[in-house]
Parts: sequence; structure tokens; C-alpha cells
Amino acid sequence: MTETDATPLQRDAARTIFQKGAPGRRAFVCPDPGVGEVDVSRLLPERFRRREPPRLPEVSEPELVRHYVGISKRNFDLDSGFYPLGSCTMKHNPRLHERVAALPGNARLHPLQDGERAQGALELMWSLQGALAEIAGLPHVSLQPSAGSHGELAGVLLTRAFHEDRGEVRRKVLTPDTAHGTNPATVTMAGLEVVKLATDADGGVDLDDLRAKAEEDVACLMLTNPNTLGVFDRNILEIAEIVHGVGATLYYDGANLNAVMGLSRPGDMGFDIVHFNLHKSFTQPHGGGGPGSGPIAVSERIAPYLPVPVVARRTGGEGNGASGEPAFELDYGSGTVGSKTIGRMRGFHGNYGCFVRAYAYIRSLGGNGLTDASQTAVLNANYLLARLREHALAGGGRVGELLPAPYPRAEPSAQGGQLCMHEFVLSGGPMKRALGVKTLDLAKRLLDHGFHPPTVYFPLLVEEALMVEPTETETRETLDAFAEAIAAILEEAAKDPAVAQSAPYTTPVRRLDEVAAARQPVIRERLD
Amino acid sequence: MLAAIGVGSLQELFERQIPEPVRLGRALELPPGESEQQVYEHLRALAARNVSAEEELSFLGAGMYDHYVPALIDMLTERSEFLTPYTPYQPEISQGGLQVMFEYQTAISELTALPVSNASVYEGPSAVAAAAYMAKLHNGGRRIVASAGLHPHTLQTLRTMAHGFGMEVVEVALCGDGSPAGARVTDPERWARAIGEGGEQVAAAIFAQPNFYGAVEDAAALSAAAKAAAATGPGAGGAGSGSPAHGFAPVVVCQVDPITLGVLAPPGECGVDVAVGEGQALGNRLDYGGPSFGLFAAREEYLRRMPGRIAGETVDVDGRRGFVLTLQTREQHIRREKATSNICTSQALNALAGVVYLSWLGRRGIVELGELLLARTHYARETLAALAGVEKLHDQPAVREFAVRVDADVAAVRRRCAAEGVNPGADLHALTGREQDRGGLLVAITERRTRAHIDRLAEVLGAAVAAERGARVAA
Repeated sequence: MTETDATPLQRDAARTIFQKGAPGRRAFVCPDPGVGEVDVSRLLPERFRRREPPRLPEVSEPELVRHYVGISKRNFDLDSGFYPLGSCTMKHNPRLHERVAALPGNARLHPLQDGERAQGALELMWSLQGALAEIAGLPHVSLQPSAGSHGELAGVLLTRAFHEDRGEVRRKVLTPDTAHGTNPATVTMAGLEVVKLATDADGGVDLDDLRAKAEEDVACLMLTNPNTLGVFDRNILEIAEIVHGVGATLYYDGANLNAVMGLSRPGDMGFDIVHFNLHKSFTQPHGGGGPGSGPIAVSERIAPYLPVPVVARRTGGEGNGASGEPAFELDYGSGTVGSKTIGRMRGFHGNYGCFVRAYAYIRSLGGNGLTDASQTAVLNANYLLARLREHALAGGGRVGELLPAPYPRAEPSAQGGQLCMHEFVLSGGPMKRALGVKTLDLAKRLLDHGFHPPTVYFPLLVEEALMVEPTETETRETLDAFAEAIAAILEEAAKDPAVAQSAPYTTPVRRLDEVAAARQPVIRERLD
Repeated sequence: MLAAIGVGSLQELFERQIPEPVRLGRALELPPGESEQQVYEHLRALAARNVSAEEELSFLGAGMYDHYVPALIDMLTERSEFLTPYTPYQPEISQGGLQVMFEYQTAISELTALPVSNASVYEGPSAVAAAAYMAKLHNGGRRIVASAGLHPHTLQTLRTMAHGFGMEVVEVALCGDGSPAGARVTDPERWARAIGEGGEQVAAAIFAQPNFYGAVEDAAALSAAAKAAAATGPGAGGAGSGSPAHGFAPVVVCQVDPITLGVLAPPGECGVDVAVGEGQALGNRLDYGGPSFGLFAAREEYLRRMPGRIAGETVDVDGRRGFVLTLQTREQHIRREKATSNICTSQALNALAGVVYLSWLGRRGIVELGELLLARTHYARETLAALAGVEKLHDQPAVREFAVRVDADVAAVRRRCAAEGVNPGADLHALTGREQDRGGLLVAITERRTRAHIDRLAEVLGAAVAAERGARVAA
């Protein structure tokens, strides 16, 4: 590309805030301390003092605003376009949620405020605990974990505590080869050992492999259902029976809960511990990498070990208001729940701001609305899968021949072919062989079409994988447009694969040298 | 759409995939959905039942602080481009977020005077636990020597996590612990002894600056003592102590309060190896305890074992400067069970608020703000200590938080103050459970608390203590 072809954003070289401004410029005006003459050196002896100020930027407020608004435009975001990132559930983030989270009663509420003066917050947390318990089909909830992986860590620590309390030493945790990377990483952090499970031809857990590996030293099986192939494991009850049969627990990775809300509940499937991703199924905006929130729900037998505090409601007893209204309080294991707690996972009560948004979402949709959301998510995924499979290509053939979905195995009897849950995984293998275009190339060319690509190269057992999760908040028109874009890229590649191989062209920067970045890491601005 | 899929009904879509015994077969038992306006009214009514720092004169701190959040942070964090993307897995369309991470890493590195920073972890206490885990990966030790001056939530989180990490926590008492009039800083002798006795088993030695009681620790002395104790302790240089270069040296970890670093000597200049901390004070709201962010900075040698995302600089095919997530071979999505941490989603939006705040304060502003906090805290401390029945809990320098003891039941005093619209601070004993903290009140001063506010606190607290003492005499 020549510079004359470059877009305005491409011509605008990246300069950090540290490269802007000038000595003496500022945005902050410090208030007068107003407490008379104070000799700071007397308050803080020399040996404790900072000698040179940190070299923070020196910029005016207008510069600051223009800088960050400017670089914001170098981001693609969910409000701008389709974001079918598999296992990430990029559904619409209603702005009501931002408004209610920002109410001073929430935003400026201190976490150590006395319980009787934080009743609204405690009631909200108690209500959210109850709603999540109902959705999971498990009775007790801790809202504390900060994100999904933090919830997983809590869950594996709960499993350890459960077994240790019985005097049992169990070191192994079974994880399918389709599992999210956080599952095995969590097992290691929790001091246990990962044992991989194979996947069967239908995309579920290989039962023979499970039976062979389900021994008395297994602590837990961590499972996502539907799994990362978008397949609901039909053998789930049998899996639960095998796992419980050897005295192990069953852990549910809630990353894919958006497929089954109100349709099927982890607790009813036999799971003991579930984590939720409030930043996936419950619309907490992802913020470009957080904040998230990872509450966990557990069965009765796990409840004594839950992190504390949890929120409890007291009725008709001491501590209630004069009016006899129920009172909500932080409970540190006064009853069964948390009585043998594993302890805290973090400071204070968890990411309350995310609770407010998730609760607003649950109130907005209600029980039927949540079920409808999951149904529509599954409908959208199946529609897009069918559209892609059947879409004819100009040069002959169909998209589905170049990008087939290897799982689940299509039922020969089924009229319309294979089905999926809320997401599906395509293989770019045939495309690569036929056109010389890899999944990465397809993904990068999608950027020029204004779409965020699907998750790529995961799960690992699908060659050149593309994992597509459209979510329920996309219209049929958007799904059609995405299918058209994929078809157009394949048709273009059939004529000239080099176009996709060098894509993207229209983004603020083009393909970046990640190898060089890792070989000689430059991870901060040089100020010398 | 059903026709395109080839199913007759929505029901069929599920019946063909979810076996009948695990289908719910009923509606969720949740209230019916509501309109946006109804939900707003309901949540507004709930929020109205909370007494926030908007409605009372609050001196609560103890880990989270009511600092002023500039309006431009609200504007920027509500922008779709920052609020709604996922983690930047496609760098070509995520340069905004990646550059923010790079700038954030630079700001935290400058603030802590440590060369490398990640792009944030969850929050303060779990950041300390993450540092302990990194120390174990670094030197193979299994013991965590932790100052009792750490936040109680930090100590509790460390113990929870240590069990999973296969580590143990040895708590080092503060000077004067066991007697009410202690100095409330880490006892240097006990600190050195615990590290020396642990020998090569000590993975990390951790303290807070300032500590939970608001006391400024002698960070340089604690770091030096940790290294010295290690050099002379059992196993030093002996068989099995690892390579001589690392020998047996605990990783010195400091939990910092970042807003004090305009005036306090930064950890990198105090011999500290890893600085972690709660970032809420930097441009994040209270939010009843979260979300905020945890900062995590270290010396260069820890870079490849750090948890979390790290943005790095590179060039595109046309030679343009750009940013990517780098050193991803540390991370769970690449390394799975061999990853250095399981963290995935962390706190990108909160870290954005953090770097915008630091840029807003600027090089001079962070010093001026620190000096303002020092001055007002000093004023508040002396004013309260002059009240009858109120004394300082320690004489150590304090930047923006300090502890006093009231000669009365703290809970009763706090109730009396609340009735006057004043929250005088946190009940120390309720948080630490330590006997010597009975009667303790932890008072936080931010730039939002003026001299008039402090005078009002003194008036209300003085009256409350007097009333409680009077009631005691009468009884």
C-alpha cells in the first residue's frame, strides 16, 4: 500500500499521552489545603519521601480529552457492529444499566458502610443471589469472585475443602480437551493435577475415557455444557453418575450459560458448583477486558465451604426495623452456609457495580424473558449455521463445503442437518486446502467488511477453528449480512487468495508483528 | 428462520438437543419482566435506601476511598469504544484499548519506579495473593512471610489462596502488638527473624505501605532486612538453595496505596521487587467495593512470570507503530495448565480510569495532592487527638489515613455520629479482630474533606465520646 492509499486513521501515527503536552501544562487544579502553613518535610521525614516526582504526563484537559477520544476511535466495539466472538457472549449492553449503576446510592456507597445504612445494596445482592440460584438450579450463591476464572479458582478450592473435610486426598481434576484454557490453569493454581478427557464423535465427553479415568483419586470434573463446540452433552446424567459414583464433584463452567437459561439448569444436570460470567450472560459490558464478575452457585453439600460473607435475610426476628420489614445483612457463616468457609477470595463483597447491572437485566427480562433470550440465542446460531452451510458460491459449491462444522455429527435422519446450541465451530481446513487461505486470513479480511471475527483457533481439536456466537440481540438482517460477507471473501479468495492473505487494509493499523513484540518486549513508553 | 434451519418449531430445536430429563419444563420462578422505566424506578428506590458519601460526611476508608472522580472519566468510560469491546484479541481493530494498556503500564511503572507493569489484575487483596504465587514460581519457596500491617482482607485472601498454592502464611506482628500503645509498624526484629528462620522456604516477604493503620513503614529498611536475613539465615548459599545468583532470596512484595506515591518514596527505590495494590483511589468510584483494579509492577526479572495481560509495542506490515497483547505464552489460553496464572478477564475499563486520572493529575498534581492529603490528615489527626477521650493509636507519619483510640464503645460512638450525619471512620477491631485494636477508629481523609468538614467531625465525635463516657459514669 502506498501512503496515498492510507486512511486518515492510518496516517495518524500512534503517539502516547506521554509524548504529548509540555512542561507545566495541567488539567488538575489542586484545592487549597486550607489548614494553615504546614511544613511537609516535618510531617514526612526525608527518608520516607519521594525525591523526584513520577514522570506523569503534563497535559491540559482539552489535550487529554482529544487524546483519549482520538484513540477510542482506533477500537472496534459492540455498539458499532456485529461481534460474534465465540464463548464471549457479546450481547447488547443496555444503557439503563450504566444509569442505575451510577446512581450515587450505588456509585458512592462505601463497602464498609453499616449494614442498616446499606439495605438497598444488600437487598439487591440478596435478590441477585436468589435469581442466580434459580437459574442455576442450585440453592446457595456467593457473589464474591471477580471474574469467571476467579470463580473457577473458588470452585476448585471448594472442591478441595469438601474432600479434605472428609479426610480424602484427591489430586486429579478431569477436564475435556475442549475446555477453556482457564480450567486447566485454575487446576494448577489450586494445587491439583489436570487429567485430560477425550471428546467423542458427537462432540461430547468420551464416556469410555471418562470411565477409565474416573478413579478414587479424582476430585472433580470441570465441564462446560453446552461445550465449546456448541454441543449440549446428551450424556450429562450418565457423566454425573460416573463422577459422583467415585465421590468426585462436578463443576460447571458457566461461560456458555447463555444457551440454556430457563431451558436446562446445571443443578438439575447434577452439577455441584457453577460459576456465572455476569459479563457474558448478564450484560455487564466487557470494557475491553474487564471488569467482569464471577459469582458461584453450589449444592447443599458444598455450601458450608462457600466464601464469606454472603447476604442473608432476617425476618421476624431481632435486628428488624420497627415496621417489621425484613433486614438484610452480611453473614460470615452463622448458619450452615459458609460455616467451614474457604475464606475470602478478595476484598469486600465482590464487583457490586456489576451486580447492579446484572440485576437490572434480570428485572428487565424476568423469568420468561431470560428463557426467550436463550431460545433466541440458539435460534440465531442455528440460523447462521444453516445460512453458511447452504450459501451458494459464485464459482460453484457452498460455503459449508469450505467451512464445515465437524461437530456435532449430523443426524442422517434429520431433515435439516446438524443443530447447535448458542454457538458453533467451523473448520477452515478445507478452505485452506482449496483456496490457500487460512482461518487467520479470513478473520483479518472480515475486519475490512466491518465485522469482528469469530474466536479463531479454538477449540484446539478443530483444525483451523472458527467459533461463532451470534447472541440473541442480533437481527436476521445482521446474520444474513455476515453470511454474505463470508461468502464474498471466499469468492474473492477463489479468484485471488493474496487479497485475504494480506488483509486487513482499512483498519488503523494492518497486520502486526507479534513475534518481534514478544522477542524484545517494549511494554512501556521510553521517557529518556 | 426455522425453515432455513429445517426444524418445525423452536421447541424442536431444543428437544433434539437437550435430553428430556434435564429440560426444565417450567418457567423460571422469577418476577415477570418490566419496562425500562419500571426497572429504573425500582433500582432508584433501592439505591435511595443506601446512605452514600453523597448523603453523609464520611471518613470511611480502610481500603477504598471517596476521592473526587473528574467528569472526563465518566465521559470516557461511557464511550462505546471503551465500554463495549471484548479483550483485544484482534489487535488491528483494538489499537485504542491496547494503547491505553501500554500507557497505563507506563504510568504504573513511573509511579512505582519499577520497570515492568501488567495491564491490571482484579483488585488489591487478590493482587497480593497473585504476587505470592509468582514468587513461588520464581524461587520455589512455599512460605509467605506477611506483615500484620497488611489489610485484614489481604491476610484473609492470602490464606485462602495459599492453601491452593500449597503455601503457608506466617504473620509477623507489629511493634507494640499486645499492648494498646504500640507503634503499629512491622516489628523489624520479628520480621527479620521470621525470614531468617524460614530460610529458603520463604517465597515472599510482604508488607503494606502505608499499612492498614495508616502508618508509614520504613520500606527501605524492611526490604533490606528481608534480603539480609535471607543472606544469613539457614540454607543461605548451602546445598539445595538453587542457583547462587538467586540463591535463597525471598521476593519482597509491597502492597502500595498508589495515591500516596507522589510524596512517599516509591517501592522501586526502596529495594522492593514487586509492588501490588488497590487502584480504586485512582479515578474509580466506590461502587460498594468494586469493580476497581489491582496494580501489579515488578523488576524486569519477573516479567515472564507475571500474571495478566501485557500490551507491547510493535510495527505493522507497513512499518506503522502499533500495540499487541504480548508474552502470551505466560497465559492460560496458550499454556493451559502450565500458565503462570489463570486470570483472563481483568479490569481494563477501571485501569483506563486509572491512567486518565493519573494523566489528569499530572506530574505536579500528584505531588500537590499528596501534600494536601498530608496536611489535612495532619490537621485532622491533631484536632481529634486534642479531644477529651481520644488519643492517637500511633505516632508514625501518616499520609491520608490514621488511627485513634476512643475511650468509649466504638460502635456506640459511631451510632451517635451517624445520627448527626457524620461517619467518623471504620471500627478497627471489627475489621482486625485484634484485642489491642479495641476502641480503635480508622479515619480517612481525602481532598473532598475540607477543614470545615474535619472541624465538624471533631465537634460530633467529641460530643459522642463525651456522651458515651458520661453514660458510663452514670451507669
